Amino acid sequence: MKGAREGKLQRARDAANKTAIFGEDLDLDQFIHEAPSHSDVENLSVLSQYDKKELLSAGVDPDVKGRSGSFMQIDHSVVHHDIFQDGLEIMSIGEALEKYDWLEDYYWHAVAVDTDKYTARAELHRDQGYFIRALPGVKTVFPLQACLFTAKNGLAQEVHNIVIAEEGSELHIISGCASSYEVRSGLHIGVSEYYIKKGAKLSFTMIHNWAEEFAVRPRSASIVEEDGVFLSNFVCMKPVKTLQMYPTTYLLGTNAVARYNTIVIAVPGSFMDLGSRVYLRAPGTRAEMISRSITTGGDVINRGHIVGEVADSKGHLECHGLILSKKGLIYAVPELEGRVSGVDLSHEAAVGKIAQEEIEYMMSRGMSESDATAAIVRGFLNVDIMGLPDELQQEIDRTVNMQGMF
Amino acid sequence: MIENLKVSLADREVLKGINLEIKPGEVHVLFGPNGSGKTSLLMTLMGFSNYRVTEGTINFKGRDITGMSIYERARLGIGMSFQRPPTIKGLKTRQMVALCSPGKEIQLEEMANRLNFKDFLDRDLNAGFSGGEIKRSELLQLMAQNPDLILLDEPESGVDLESISLIGEVINELLERKPGKSHATSSLERRSKRTKAGLLITHTGYILNYVDADVGHVLYGGLLSCHGNPRETLKCIQEMGYQECMRCMIRN
Ligand SMILES: Nc1ncnc2c1ncn2[C@@H]1O[C@H](COP(=O)(O)OP(=O)(O)OP(=O)(O)O)[C@@H](O)[C@H]1O
Ligand SMILES: [Mg+2]
Repeated sequence: MKGAREGKLQRARDAANKTAIFGEDLDLDQFIHEAPSHSDVENLSVLSQYDKKELLSAGVDPDVKGRSGSFMQIDHSVVHHDIFQDGLEIMSIGEALEKYDWLEDYYWHAVAVDTDKYTARAELHRDQGYFIRALPGVKTVFPLQACLFTAKNGLAQEVHNIVIAEEGSELHIISGCASSYEVRSGLHIGVSEYYIKKGAKLSFTMIHNWAEEFAVRPRSASIVEEDGVFLSNFVCMKPVKTLQMYPTTYLLGTNAVARYNTIVIAVPGSFMDLGSRVYLRAPGTRAEMISRSITTGGDVINRGHIVGEVADSKGHLECHGLILSKKGLIYAVPELEGRVSGVDLSHEAAVGKIAQEEIEYMMSRGMSESDATAAIVRGFLNVDIMGLPDELQQEIDRTVNMQGMF
Repeated sequence: MIENLKVSLADREVLKGINLEIKPGEVHVLFGPNGSGKTSLLMTLMGFSNYRVTEGTINFKGRDITGMSIYERARLGIGMSFQRPPTIKGLKTRQMVALCSPGKEIQLEEMANRLNFKDFLDRDLNAGFSGGEIKRSELLQLMAQNPDLILLDEPESGVDLESISLIGEVINELLERKPGKSHATSSLERRSKRTKAGLLITHTGYILNYVDADVGHVLYGGLLSCHGNPRETLKCIQEMGYQECMRCMIRN
């Protein structure tokens, strides 16, 4: 095992200065690396009311109502983990690596450790992260929630998360990333690897709630086996200075399914370079990507890439952008790559502002212009097209409703 | 009340001096060939920005509304059923109907039931609605809105024969023209109590079998003419065509 880590470390050292393909190249030395350790939080409800609000906006309920378990990390310290259902595990990745010898095999299996300087960094620092697993056949009654929180201004937080849905299990996770109300800047590198075994289902909703000056570099990938389902939702409606990610899914087993839903609002000063990529590597595999982005002055790049490598696989990419201000950019880059005959790939992209005709139609029913616009925007963002479980849906609705701009 | 209304659409004058007065309680019918500007007239009355009023005035309830925004007109009591409404993605028909009647308790399910439209409440507004479904969706919204001047753009086109009677019934109700059950009150008396007014576009006139209209007009060449009994006007158009019909009417 020690040998395995050594190999990874070596690759990480070699990639320590490797520029990422996309996104502004960040100078990692600009960030602080040391953070005071935080003591355990017995109960999330003791957090300050300001921080609780930040958590709620990231979909994390400090009162743990309707949750099967919770995990919370502040800066580099895992301060809380708790589980209320048998057959589920939630703990810090460090603890999990000690507990399970085999876990090192999953660590950097889906994501390459030398992808870029950010993955390298995460390996060199190993600042915790979470491990969540559903044992075979276990189905979560309520979603699990995991929160990655930064409390120290200017800090670089590097986490590595691993989620395993064992055969026939069903796992719902809400992962909220947020920073304390006192924090303005910082860096978050989040490596996440998801393993969805035969017949298992993972629904993973990530909600970001950062500060204006934050830089964020998630690096995630998932591997889905036969009949497995991976449903990934990403929501970011708060300011973020620079966010770049391109999560990848490998559908390896027959009839495996992946679905990416992305909902973002880019406010002035925000820059988001988002994408998702799916490799269809077995017959009957299906991928669907739906994104809805709005700019009120910020920039959004929306990438998507579906690679059909075997016959009888199918993928669809849908990218809609709405420009609500004079400034702001939405740049859609849908890519389809069919490598054999018998793949069925399609895409649909539309970027523009709200049609005056739609606003006026609503106004003719007695709504003011701003009410009409708000109703159309809410419709545009309406995520129930996405087949989310109710609890998650409510979570997102709440996030949408908390936006002062509507 | 419309006086000498001239309207341009994309720099082309579509309406060239329209004069029309619809009194409270009256229902008028608008005939005219395709492209003659019927929809344009309704859209102008509703206040749509594409339709630029270059001359003339529109008065409603004693106020000059020519410069009013769409929603002010809507709140003042004008409502419209559109010939081709836009699709609003993600907005459920149910939500839209609720938005049409803010602060009012409405029996949404019941109203939808009446229009045989319950199954559509949870669909995105107008998304993939068939021709007839659009008409019912529009009427449902109008029921919630309950306007005093109702502009109906071809409410029956595309509607199957069975649904026409249903639609006619609902329109009558909106116009407070439900055929009176009590024969005690004279039709004259009923008439004088009516306040709701309507302006209705039809090509076929089928809807007139259900909705009892008072005056008909033909829009041709940007002008209104042939003011008269709607059934007679329709008959004349059927027998002689718009152009001939206008000539004879003018001669009379
Ligand atoms: N956006 C536009 N730009 C230019 N011309 C337009 C536009 N919209 C409508 N028109 C034209 O204006 C004229 C009047 O159109 P309008 O829709 O009012 O006709 P209509 O009488 O309602 O016809 P129909 O019976 O076919 O519904 C038509 O010639 C039409 O092509
Ligand atoms: Mg028309």
